[in-house]
Amino acid sequence: MSRVVLITGGSKGIGLACAQHFANLGDKVAITYNNTKPTSDFFAVRCDVTSQAEVDAAFAAVEEKFGTVQVLVSNAGVTKDLLLLRMNESDFTSVIDANLTGAYRVCKRATQGMLRARSGRIILMSSVVGLLGSAGQANYAASKSGLVGLARSLARELGSRSITVNVVAPGPVETDMTAALTDEQRAKMIDAVPLGRTATPQEIAGVVAFLASADAAYITGAVIPVDGGLGMGH
Amino acid sequence: MDQQLFDRFKKCAVDVLAVDAGKVLLEAKFKEDLGSDSLDLVEFVMALEEEFGISVPESDLEGVDTVGKAFDLVTSKVS
Repeated sequence: MSRVVLITGGSKGIGLACAQHFANLGDKVAITYNNTKPTSDFFAVRCDVTSQAEVDAAFAAVEEKFGTVQVLVSNAGVTKDLLLLRMNESDFTSVIDANLTGAYRVCKRATQGMLRARSGRIILMSSVVGLLGSAGQANYAASKSGLVGLARSLARELGSRSITVNVVAPGPVETDMTAALTDEQRAKMIDAVPLGRTATPQEIAGVVAFLASADAAYITGAVIPVDGGLGMGH
Repeated sequence: MDQQLFDRFKKCAVDVLAVDAGKVLLEAKFKEDLGSDSLDLVEFVMALEEEFGISVPESDLEGVDTVGKAFDLVTSKVS
């Protein structure tokens, strides 16, 4: 299809799986990374999404290389898990800054080109915990549910220009983020999943690619759970 | 009226709002006459900011519903 696809946080995990999926479809894929240097050979730009200047520079680099970004996957995210009483303000705000305000920054920049093109696809990576809540993840869960309001507002603002904005809410996925859990936490988590297992990053990437595809042209403002049933009813 | 300035202004309007140059008259209303919606106008303001190297805060845009009023605003910022 050869669209220009930009994935933030694309050096590993779900972001990397998305990059590989789009590349297999024949798209021109660019990724951003921050702490983890990519080992893939995708066009990669270092970018801390907590800085608008770095976001702007990353987009400029991608535009120079491939042209206007047509599909944005806002996937970069961090965790800093602590129970509320142990969570200081900067633990909270730093996670919001990366996961929620970071999404705002990349959406804002991507929208410039998409408005001119009168088309575009934006997919925001949320999480089942944004809808379910999660003890010890008040900051992360708040940031991830914030993405729903962000996406739905943008869906309304940009719909008249054929730009769709959707949210994917994965459950437990085999990534570094879940590898950090203890065996006991992991067993407990999987126990709550009707499908009884974690997802592979590829299973998330497939849904992201669907939302960017022609078949999903009439889907906007949706929150698509890819969580093995964990978040049902939320 | 500074015709040269207006020509640059008009070019922005034609490019961003996708209207015929002949329709960009001072008395033309953005919404009714040019068919522009709020998103068009935001894009138009951003294009004007870039073209003229000016900054237009949201508060200045209140009541600016015609080409003439928008051009007056630009003129006041440029000079």
